[in-house]
Amino acid sequence: MAQIFRPGADTYARMVLLSIVLLPTLAIFLTYLVMRSSTVTGQDFVLHQWPPFSHAHHAGELGIGCRMCHNSVEKAASAGMPSTHVCMTCHSQIWTNAPMLAPVRESLADDKPLHWTRVNDLPDYVYFDHSVHVNNGVGCSTCHGPVDTMPLMRQAAPLTMGWCLDCHRSPEKFVRPTDKIYDFDWQPPADQEEKGKRLLVQYHIETSHLTDCSVCHR
Amino acid sequence: MRRRAPLLPLIALLALAGCDQSMQDQPSIKPYEATAMWPDGTPERGLPDGVVTRGASAALAALSEPPPVSEALLARGRRDFDDFCAPCHGYAGDGDGIVVQRGFPPPPSYHSDRLRAAPASHFVDVITNGYGAMYAYSDRVAPEDRWAITAYIRALQTSRDTALAAVPDAAEALQ
Ligand code: HEC
Ligand code: HEC
Ligand code: HEC
Ligand code: HEC
Ligand code: HEC
Ligand code: HEC
Repeated sequence: MAQIFRPGADTYARMVLLSIVLLPTLAIFLTYLVMRSSTVTGQDFVLHQWPPFSHAHHAGELGIGCRMCHNSVEKAASAGMPSTHVCMTCHSQIWTNAPMLAPVRESLADDKPLHWTRVNDLPDYVYFDHSVHVNNGVGCSTCHGPVDTMPLMRQAAPLTMGWCLDCHRSPEKFVRPTDKIYDFDWQPPADQEEKGKRLLVQYHIETSHLTDCSVCHR
Repeated sequence: MRRRAPLLPLIALLALAGCDQSMQDQPSIKPYEATAMWPDGTPERGLPDGVVTRGASAALAALSEPPPVSEALLARGRRDFDDFCAPCHGYAGDGDGIVVQRGFPPPPSYHSDRLRAAPASHFVDVITNGYGAMYAYSDRVAPEDRWAITAYIRALQTSRDTALAAVPDAAEALQ
């Protein structure tokens, strides 16, 4: 009787068996890589803004505090965005004819708010609250990066669920003293774990419920 | 059974068509989200004319009645002063803040005789309503905080206007 299988058949069979195991694993791994890449999360993309508002200039060089423009950051869920009136407290007197500031003057004249492109934008099914973080030892730079050196704003963190949970599982690695919340030079000290544990007690942070789904999906 | 197997991927494909971004972008409007619902494109609706906001009378009461001065009030006043006033008035109140160095008209020093003699309510009034080239800060500084800032300005003024005799242990401070 003639042979049904050619000599190479064994190799093919092994390769098929192997790829049944390998291909899905590879597919999952690749999807994981893609989902965490900045193309999907939007991390580190610099978006066009007009007027080209510079945090490096206003917050870094001039040292204007964040609350001058993001007024509700300690009081509400939303950090708040500056009204045209806020820009005009200074730009009614300085750089009054700069073409760069034309949109601000138009906005004032037409009584139409300035339009900014959103940089950090969570999906609508996620609940986030600034005040609970800022008043409990999480500083701006932990989530927004070195804002005071950014000529144009970029999203410094991936803002994925895993990123939120990394901190919610063990906030002691990230929390800092109250007077350092707006400090962009703050780095975790060598004994952060130990100091952080003490700060958790000071802020009354109870970690056992921080990873419940209903905290962020309400 | 075997003949139906090719249908499975097809059904899966059809199911994919059900996926959309409607959870990601829900019809509800979040703060500052662009919307076509109003002609100016923003969900931030100002108050209609004549509306009295909730808490307006409490705010008025807080404005007319100075709170008791405490260490905590001064600390809050310092924080707010440094964020909201120091860019123009300078950290010590000399009127030489960084924005003034870049061309803003210089405000008067808090250490002038006139502003030393001015009643505390004058400062609260300037923060609330603005003064000349200075815009009002009522949208950024809450009524209680205006008193806190004023208390801190008073502390700044006192720091420059204290006779040596009023600090009896000043002589020992250098030893
Ligand atoms: C003079 C006003 C002003 C000051 C001071 C200021 N900001 Fe902003 N901020 C803006 C404006 C205007 C935008 C919108 C344009 C943009 O995204 O760059 C913005 C945007 C942002 C965003 C991105 C918002 C989004 O779309 O996701 C973050 C984060 C932010 N600011 C953080 C800070 C921090 C932290 C500080 C203090 C160091 C600060 N800002 C100080 C005016 C200001
Ligand atoms: C506390 C004062 C202050 C406020 C509030 C303020 N600015 Fe400015 N801004 C300045 C100063 C001062 C300069 C010029 C600095 C210089 O001369 O180097 C400037 C410069 C600028 C410039 C051009 C220079 C550059 O490279 O950035 C733009 C554009 C601008 N501001 C936009 C805005 C917008 C938009 C707002 C409102 C969200 C705003 N500013 C609010 C003080 C302010
Ligand atoms: C725990 C992380 C975290 C911290 C700390 C934090 N932010 Fe944010 N911030 C976010 C996220 C997430 C968003 C996007 C919110 C959304 O899409 O609803 C955001 C959005 C913003 C915005 C856009 C307006 C808004 O509220 O959606 C501004 C402005 C801002 N942050 C400023 C600040 C400032 C100033 C501080 C420090 C005082 C700060 N943030 C601290 C995570 C953080
Ligand atoms: C660097 C640390 C850190 C990061 C990152 C962080 N959080 Fe938090 N978050 C905290 C801490 C600490 C608390 C607890 C405050 C308390 O219990 O007093 C908290 C509390 C909260 C609460 C309120 C919980 C309650 O019981 O009311 C919400 C909602 C929340 N976080 C959402 C988020 C979301 C959404 C993200 C991601 C976009 C995020 N957080 C990222 C540290 C963080
Ligand atoms: C600390 C806040 C936080 C907690 C707690 C949390 N989530 Fe999330 N979740 C998020 C954020 C932020 C996103 C959006 C991620 C993104 O846009 O990539 C998200 C996204 C999701 C998604 C959609 C994923 C996708 O890729 O579309 C699901 C499903 C989900 N969460 C389920 C859960 C479940 C189940 C729990 C409880 C075990 C939970 N989450 C707890 C913050 C949280
Ligand atoms: C954008 C710059 C700027 C900022 C910020 C600012 N001021 Fe002024 N301020 C001025 C200028 C300019 C004048 C002088 C106005 C004039 O005489 O036309 C002034 C005047 C004053 C005066 C003197 C009024 C008088 O009787 O002569 C007081 C008091 C005052 N400011 C308090 C404050 C307080 C408190 C804050 C913080 C909440 C503040 N200012 C923030 C620019 C500023």
